[in-house]
Amino acid sequence: MATAIKMPALSPTMEEGTLAKWLVKEGDSVSPGDILAEIETDKATMEFECIDEGTVGAITVPEGTENVKVGTVIAVLDGDASDVAGEAAEPEVKDVPGEGKDVGREADTDGAQPPETKPAKKERANDPEIAEGTSMTSVTVREALRDAMAEEMRADERVFVMGEEVAEYQGAYKVTQGLLDEFGPKRVIDTPITEYGFAGIGTGAAMGGLRPIVEFMTFNFAMQAIDHIINSAAKTNYMSGGQMRCPVVFRGPNGAASRVGAQHSQNYGPWYASVPGLVVIAPYDSRDAKGLLKAAIRSPDPVVFLENELMYGKSFDVPEVDDWVLPIGKARIVREGSDVTIVSYSIGVGFALEAAEKLAGEGIDAEVIDLRTLRPLDADTVLESLKKTNRLVVAEEGYPMCSIASEISAICMEQGFDYLDAPVLRVSDEDVPLPYAANLEKLALIDADRIVKAAKKVCYKD
Amino acid sequence: MAADSVTPPTDDPDFKLRSLQEAYDKAGAYKATDEELMALYEQMLLIRRFEEKAGQMYGLGLIGGFCHLYIGQEAVAVGLQSALAEGKDSVITGYRDHGHMLAYGIDPKVIMAELTGRQAGISKGKGGSMHMFSTEHAFYGGHGIVGAQVPLGAGLAFAHKYREDGGVCLAYFGDGAANQGQVYETFNMASLWQLPIIFVIENNQYAMGTSTARSSAETEFHRRGTAFRIPGMDVDGMDVLAVRGAIEIALDHVRGGGGPVLMELSTYRYRGHSMSDPAKYRTREEVQEMREKRDPIEAAKAELLKRGVDEEKLKELEKTIRSQVNEAADFAESSPEPEPSELYTDVLVENY
Repeated sequence: MATAIKMPALSPTMEEGTLAKWLVKEGDSVSPGDILAEIETDKATMEFECIDEGTVGAITVPEGTENVKVGTVIAVLDGDASDVAGEAAEPEVKDVPGEGKDVGREADTDGAQPPETKPAKKERANDPEIAEGTSMTSVTVREALRDAMAEEMRADERVFVMGEEVAEYQGAYKVTQGLLDEFGPKRVIDTPITEYGFAGIGTGAAMGGLRPIVEFMTFNFAMQAIDHIINSAAKTNYMSGGQMRCPVVFRGPNGAASRVGAQHSQNYGPWYASVPGLVVIAPYDSRDAKGLLKAAIRSPDPVVFLENELMYGKSFDVPEVDDWVLPIGKARIVREGSDVTIVSYSIGVGFALEAAEKLAGEGIDAEVIDLRTLRPLDADTVLESLKKTNRLVVAEEGYPMCSIASEISAICMEQGFDYLDAPVLRVSDEDVPLPYAANLEKLALIDADRIVKAAKKVCYKD
Repeated sequence: MAADSVTPPTDDPDFKLRSLQEAYDKAGAYKATDEELMALYEQMLLIRRFEEKAGQMYGLGLIGGFCHLYIGQEAVAVGLQSALAEGKDSVITGYRDHGHMLAYGIDPKVIMAELTGRQAGISKGKGGSMHMFSTEHAFYGGHGIVGAQVPLGAGLAFAHKYREDGGVCLAYFGDGAANQGQVYETFNMASLWQLPIIFVIENNQYAMGTSTARSSAETEFHRRGTAFRIPGMDVDGMDVLAVRGAIEIALDHVRGGGGPVLMELSTYRYRGHSMSDPAKYRTREEVQEMREKRDPIEAAKAELLKRGVDEEKLKELEKTIRSQVNEAADFAESSPEPEPSELYTDVLVENY
């Protein structure tokens, strides 16, 4: 039976090429793997191998021919040109959606919009009710994080913690203090200084069914490991059609500390929050740190859990309940108000609350929202507040460009435009690498006064 | 990890980096029965024909993006994986992954349907050639970033050890990936923690278009574990029985609690790095020489004939495999693309 040999596509973008040279002639016997011809595209010259067994009956496109379209019959095996005359000279790109043939598909203008089949948004759970009379304990954020890990390790054998100095040193910032004593070296593991490697091992262990907590001494060093956080942890479940679960928690301090210079002072919240497949959490106080870290460890998804060194030693009340777990993806109104909304997260919440106090002294009643989870972002809580106050400021300890503040501004414009009585303002760090000198560092970082100024501006009271 | 439960390599006065090579040289190639050799031959032939068909379908525009064929390297995956306990031991590899999946007995239909981007593909058409997985078979991909599978594999090995399930992870990577820094970070931790992992360097001589001599200060890749006290093995990756013989030695060592092993499998890829390969970095004669003189499938076939296996039986097998591959191709071409709603599934497991 005659077989048509067609001009092949040798790269994802190739549409046509030059048939530079024939390496066989009519009458030659060929077998799979023999090089038939050299084909030139604008990128390279490539060899075209034979797939079938047979005799070259006819060469229908002579060597030296330019602009040969992919799919054109260039030769015939075991027959002559008349045997395959019915076969189209042009590539058959009958591209029926749902039936394949995607390569070279023209932009389908009708299909350019994503389908209207987005999964229904779940009504987000609220924080658990705290029964009246529940006593509160004042604990530091550091202790709250440690307690969260210890409780989850007691409850689930699969949970372990690994990172630099987490065991014998008791944690570079003492967050893992006491864990080695309670859980032993099998579950509290000191790693060498090798972020890329141990982030990969933690991710692989999660793929293998464990529940690793990978501590980065700071998130600045996670830059060495970001490939595994993004490419391995975040994307593999999707790429595997839902087979490859990756329940890992990457945690550690994030953002500016104090006088440690530019390489040790950056907020990576916006970086991770831009990646589908990740959950990103950045709590402010002890109750949220504990409740959300427990939720993160239990989550079947990869979580980036951003702490803040300057907050570790601050104390806040945590309810004394058996199992304090908070919902991921839900913002919290930390102060109710009616004149202006200040949206923040992590250390910024403290500045926002301080600003709200100052504003109250000037007769402006500010509402403060702590986003707590940066991805998935709770836009509903932000928009509900905007409907009430009609004015909004975002306060963020981080760079202004492509920030969470930029995202909140866009959401307010796209979904809350009719409720805005003033443009949304962003209050962030200055757009410079963080300097070392005490005065310059102070100038570069966000503070309450800047938030006050912005809030007054959107209230037209400056 | 469990500092009290392992002997760190530095405390072991008998540690010998060449001990496994010596054991392998002594034991020699695997003594396969006729049935075993036939099974190995069949698997290699299936990979060869499958990959030829994939190349053909790429040329027809049915497969898009990047497509890296395993033609020439079949003896490596088949020889190694035939010794594993499927489901107990785990396998992880890079983007040249079709052969490793077929060697684990995964249905050619769902692999080919993934190549054509269909709902019936093993990753629902969302992964493609480079991103295929079967957790059912403890096959963990299919990873597109060169070298990333090495620490991920050590993580799988870590999980084997943590759970004490007796499993070993086989982590494949190429001579190109062998120059990535994360590989050595992993060697260090794998040896320090005595993880049950076999690092397999498939040295096919070229990292894309760069020969090992042009990219590597140490081209004897089995020596690359030396600084981490990981014993190395130098194995002919074009001889399926030699490969099988070597993995038996390595598995004994790892299962016995001896820690990681580094195997270099010297092999050769006949086709381009990916489909769009100008093939200007090596001569046609070099490729031809390997195909004619070193082909692992032809060698296995010759051995079968020497043992008196009926030639008709081999022809019959060839026919069966061709029709199996054609059936996979028809299935992959005719089955539907994913539903548009699949766009949004599998991003996160939980709905928050």
